[in-house]
Order: sequence, then C-alpha cells, then structure tokens
Amino acid sequence: MSYSTILAGVAILAVIAFVGGLVRARGHAAGPVKMHSQLGYYGWYAAVLAALPAAILITVWAASEPAVLSRLVARELPATVDTLNAAQHSLAMGQIQSISEGLPKLGAADLAIIKKARLGFTPVEEAQRVLKEHGIVLGSPPPPYVINAAADLTENRAISRYLLAAIAGLLAIGGLFYGVRSIRPRLRARNAVEKVMLGGLAAASTVAILTTVGIVFSVLFETIHFFQGVSPSNFFFGTVWDPRFSAAGSADTIGQFGLLPLLWGTLFISFVALAVAVPIGLMSAIYMSEYASQGVRDVAKPALEILAGIPTIVYGFFALITFGPLLRDVGAMVGLEIAATSVLTAGIVMGVMIIPFVSSLSDDIISAVPQSLREGSYGLGATQSETIKRVVIPAALPGIVGAILLAASRAIGETMIVVLAAGIAANLTLNPFEPVTTITVKIVSQLTGDLEFDSPQTLVAFALGLTLFVITLALNVYALYIVRTYREEYE
Amino acid sequence: MEHQVVHREAIGAEPLQPATIIARNVNVFYGAKQALFNVDVDVPRNAITAFIGPSGCGKSTFLRCLNRMNDTIPICKVTGKIMLDGQDIYDPDLDVVELRARVGMVFQKPNPFPKSIYENIAYGPRIHGLTRTKKELDELVEQCLEKAGLLKEVHDRMHEPGTGLSGGQQQRLCIARAIATRPDVILMDEPCSALDPIATAKVEELMDELKENYTIIIVTHSMQQAARVSQRTAFFHLGKLVEVGDTRQIFTNPRDKRTQDYITGRFG
Repeated sequence: MSYSTILAGVAILAVIAFVGGLVRARGHAAGPVKMHSQLGYYGWYAAVLAALPAAILITVWAASEPAVLSRLVARELPATVDTLNAAQHSLAMGQIQSISEGLPKLGAADLAIIKKARLGFTPVEEAQRVLKEHGIVLGSPPPPYVINAAADLTENRAISRYLLAAIAGLLAIGGLFYGVRSIRPRLRARNAVEKVMLGGLAAASTVAILTTVGIVFSVLFETIHFFQGVSPSNFFFGTVWDPRFSAAGSADTIGQFGLLPLLWGTLFISFVALAVAVPIGLMSAIYMSEYASQGVRDVAKPALEILAGIPTIVYGFFALITFGPLLRDVGAMVGLEIAATSVLTAGIVMGVMIIPFVSSLSDDIISAVPQSLREGSYGLGATQSETIKRVVIPAALPGIVGAILLAASRAIGETMIVVLAAGIAANLTLNPFEPVTTITVKIVSQLTGDLEFDSPQTLVAFALGLTLFVITLALNVYALYIVRTYREEYE
Repeated sequence: MEHQVVHREAIGAEPLQPATIIARNVNVFYGAKQALFNVDVDVPRNAITAFIGPSGCGKSTFLRCLNRMNDTIPICKVTGKIMLDGQDIYDPDLDVVELRARVGMVFQKPNPFPKSIYENIAYGPRIHGLTRTKKELDELVEQCLEKAGLLKEVHDRMHEPGTGLSGGQQQRLCIARAIATRPDVILMDEPCSALDPIATAKVEELMDELKENYTIIIVTHSMQQAARVSQRTAFFHLGKLVEVGDTRQIFTNPRDKRTQDYITGRFG
C-alpha cells in the first residue's frame, strides 16, 4: 500500500468530516442559541481534526521508515558483508534497495525464478535477467543473500505500510467523530481554524529557514572533513592550485589547494563586471527616474528588466562563441594579445548581466528621494543636472551603495558565465587579457570529476562553497544594513 | 463669472511701493482641466502679500507660476503675462534658472537637504558662484543664518546635518537658504502649516523683518496669519481671483460677498 493511497484515504475522511461538521452545525443553527462562528468554520474544524493528526503521523512515518527498515535488513545480513569495504557495502545495500522495489512488480512465474535463485537452484544471472525485463538494471548478478534481504525488505515494507494505514485510519476516524460530535453552538470553531492557519504559515517559513540551516551545516561538515586531510593554511594561504587529479586515490600525494588564485580570479572578474555595470546601470537609472518621459519609461524599464531574465547560461555561450572571439580579434587589430577566454570577456559579459540589478534597484531608490528635495533645489535656481548631482544622488547614495553591493554578491556567486568564458587555469595574474578561474568554476570541475566522493579533490568543493557563502552572506548583510539605515531617513 | 479687479488703496493704509510683479490674464491648465482663470494681480515691492482661499482654489498654483516651478509638471500649461520688474518671466529667451535665483521659494514642509547646516546654505551661492573665497562663503552663510534668526541656535553645530533640527528651525534654515542666493522676491507656500504656534510666531517675526529688503508672497490657510503679517491680501476662489486689496480693507470691509463669507468662516 503506497503513501498516496493512505493520504487519499485520509483526505476522503477529511471531506466526510467537513460535510458532517457542516450538517451538524446547520442543525444547531436552527436552534435557539446563536452560533459562535459562521457555518463553514465548523466544517473546517472537523476536517482539520480528522486530517491533521493523521497527516503528521504519515509525515513522521515516511521520514523514519527507510532508516528503520534498512537497520532491520542490515541485522539479518551474513557476517561476510561486514568485511566488505565501504564502497562495496554501499553497493550491496543499493542492490537490496532496488531489488526490493522491483519485487512487487513481478508476476508469479518471475517470482518463482527469483525464489529459486534465492535458494540456489537457479543461477543468479537468471534472476538478474528477470529483473532487467521489469526495468531494474543491476550492475552485477545479485548474490543469494542480497535477494534474501531484498525479499525481507519488501515484506517488512508491506507490513509497515499496513500498520501505518491502520493507525492513520484510526486517528482520522477518531478525529472525525470527536470533531463532529464536539460541535455545538458555543464552540469557537473560527478561532481554532485561525490557529491552524497560523500554524500552517509558521510551518512554511520554518521549512525555508531549516532548509538554509541544513544546507549550511551539510556544507560545514564536509568542509571540516576536508580540513582533516588538508591543512587550513594550505587552503587559505596557498598560492598554488594543483589538486593532482591524476594522483587521486594514492595516499601519499595530497595536492595543493591554494584558495588565493581562485579568490583573486573571482574578485578580479567581479571587479571588471562592476566597472561595467555600475556606470551604465547608474546612469540608466538616473535617466529613467529623472529625465525619461512616462512613455519612454514604460517601454525602456521592462526592456532593461528582460535583461535580468536571460538565463546566465545564454550569457555564457554568448561570451564563449561571440564576444570572446570578437574581443580577441579586436585586440589583435590593435596589437593586444587577448585570450578568447579571459578576465575581460567574462567580466564584461557578467557586467552586462548585472546591469539590471544596479539600474532597477538604483532607480527605485532614486525615485524614493522626496520630490520636495528636488523642488527645494530648483527653487534655489539649480539646474536639473546640478540638482541630481548635488542633492538627489547624495541623498540616495547609501541605497545605491547597497544596490551595488547586492550586485557584487551576485557577480561573485555567478557560475555559468565564468565556467564558459573565464577559463580553467588558476592564474594569479594582474593581466585582464589572460584567462583566470574562479571559485565557482572550480567547484563545478571538482564535483563533476570522476572521483571518489571522500577524496580531498572532491571535498575541497565544499570548502570553496563555504568560503563563497561566507563572502556573499557578509556582502548581503552589509548591503541590507546600509539600505535599511537609508530607509529610516525618509519614513 | 465676471468680476472687476479694483486697485484702490483703502483709507488710512500705509502707502505701498510700486508693483514689482504684475500678472495679467493668467490661465493655468493641468491637461484638460483649467486651474486658474484670468488672474490679474499686482504685488508691491518690499511688502508682504498674502494669497488666501479655500483648499484647491489655485493660490498655490499661482504662486508656483511666479518662479515657473510649474515647469517641472509636464502636463501644466500657463498662458497670460507675468512681469517681474518689467520683464516677462515666460519669455522663451529668459533663463529659468536665473529667474529662480531671483525668486526664492520656501515650501510647505521644511525640506532641508540631507547635508550639514552649512552646506544647506552654501548650496545656492556655490551653484551661482556668488562668493570667491572660502572666507566670503563663511561670512555669507553666517549672515544668512543671522538674518533668519538661527545663528545663535546653531553656530556651534554648523557642520551637523540640517535634518537634525526641529521643524521650526528647519523652516528657518530653508528661509536662510533662500536668502543666500540674494533673491528679490521670496515665495512662501504655507510655510507654517507644519509648525507649532511658537515656531510659527518666530517665522512670522522673521518675515516681518525680511520685508524691509525683500518682496514676500505668502500662501496661507490661516486668515489670522494673513491678517497679522501681510500688507496686501488676495482672495482666490475656484481658480478665480475674487478680490485683491489692502489687508485691512479685505478683512474689515470686503467688497465681494464671497470674500466676506470666507473670512467670516461661512465656508472654506
């Protein structure tokens, strides 16, 4: 019995409870005592009582079932399994998992074959073939003990689901009866439903926050794991990035994981991007908010914001295929040697990408400067550009700085453009015409490599990710702080 | 509705100097809506002229015509003639920036720039290059603060933000700021409506002193204020100038029924 069947059953009971609550409330409404809430609330009250406890039970059950079941299976495995190394062990567990998921799909004849294989009467290759016919592809023929365990697992899972269905059904029916019977005119159904609403909203925001916390901690633990193999000083102060992919696996070579070239590449490209985006974005924001007529603004502002909607991968291949070669050819014409993937290529394209961030945020901030300040300046005989330069921009400056910092944190975390357009060589260079690489690029290449997961070559991605996270978080917090201080001035 | 604008001084009024602003046949449109109808008014030099009338009567609109502040509103159109010392201020050849330096303005809500007190006042002189050295600028700033009666209160915090002052002080700072560009005329758009009575009294006192050297036009909702500070009063109603004359005459012996109804509080 699957979770969806159980959930559907609970939902049906909830509907019955709703209707029952409504009918009972209607009966009371005809009586002499005035109802506390509108009738619909009594229906919801009964439905919530029927569905909520059962739903919570199902959620908890679903979260804990796999762990419990695999613990039960592991206990029954032969002692030889414990002697396997970690990779082989997890392979065996994986096979058990997938076979047990496949077993319920088999017909009686196929099940018989599996059974024979399990007892050793049929070669295990036969079992592998039968399973493959039903879409379960195994890398190697399953040993009998695996088939055994899988059969146990299937059985246990079925028991677990029936148990759950029974308990959840009892809970829902109990809730239904309690809910419907407790309806009387003075029952404050409206307040109770309100509380459930509140709980639902709070739960939604908790999910978002817990997810963030969970991500941070999982990255943090892997980072700690990484630093057990590589010293922090090697990582934070090393100037050489050479993770030694080829030597991975052999214990004596660790490789060098110097963060500095990557950090430098990230900052260098972000700096170029900001050098492009800040002047253009700011000037277009000033034009939009101060000079453009309504008609121009109605067209130009959405057009600029479309720029923010272009997927960054599109920017990436634009940089790789069009802009990089163009820049190289132009450079060659004036005698400059520009690599097709370079700081300049990635920086400029990334700058174009973040123009809308700068311009749109700055536009809002400049528009928020009170009109009375502009009039005060005009009233003293200042021209429009003097007013903008000396009154409007200084008044909006904290907010603009905040906008720029937010754009900077976008640039630092940007991945697709630099993967395609910045190169992969970790260079510690001041020359913007040379390729460099960034933190994000290296995270991609370390994780997509064909390496064991717990080697430092892979784990370094988490250390890099955490570093990036700390940098962008600090920038965001500082930017929000600045923007908030600014807001207090006019409200 | 036809009405005659009569310029006759009431008996016993102090003699006023010749007009510095002469407006004739001024009409203002916001898009298709007409906000002012054929306004004719003379504003005498070195005196305070008050514009009164109920909300939406066009008095602020007319005030904003006098330094062409309405230019900042794209749909606003002004016709007719407004002369400042014999020069048509709507002449296409006239530099509106220069005009606004000559016709200063103080707004309803105090609007100091988010800069220091010093920088607020130095703003106009810097833009127009009125001073050559730092010392001259310092002196000018002090003079203006002195004239606005603010110097004593702020002399030890000239470099602190102007937004940190109280409402009344901020409004006097705005007046000081307006004086700093050496205007001939100062327009005040309900300058005391956001102030408490004590701050209002200070600003009124200041206006009375300033009228020795400046032509002041004040828009006000308070008839008491108009009666207290002004020498001439113009009453606007529904976009029309109903009556203009000596303040004492307007408040004691209005010629028009509508003026009488307004000042006796029957509407407005």
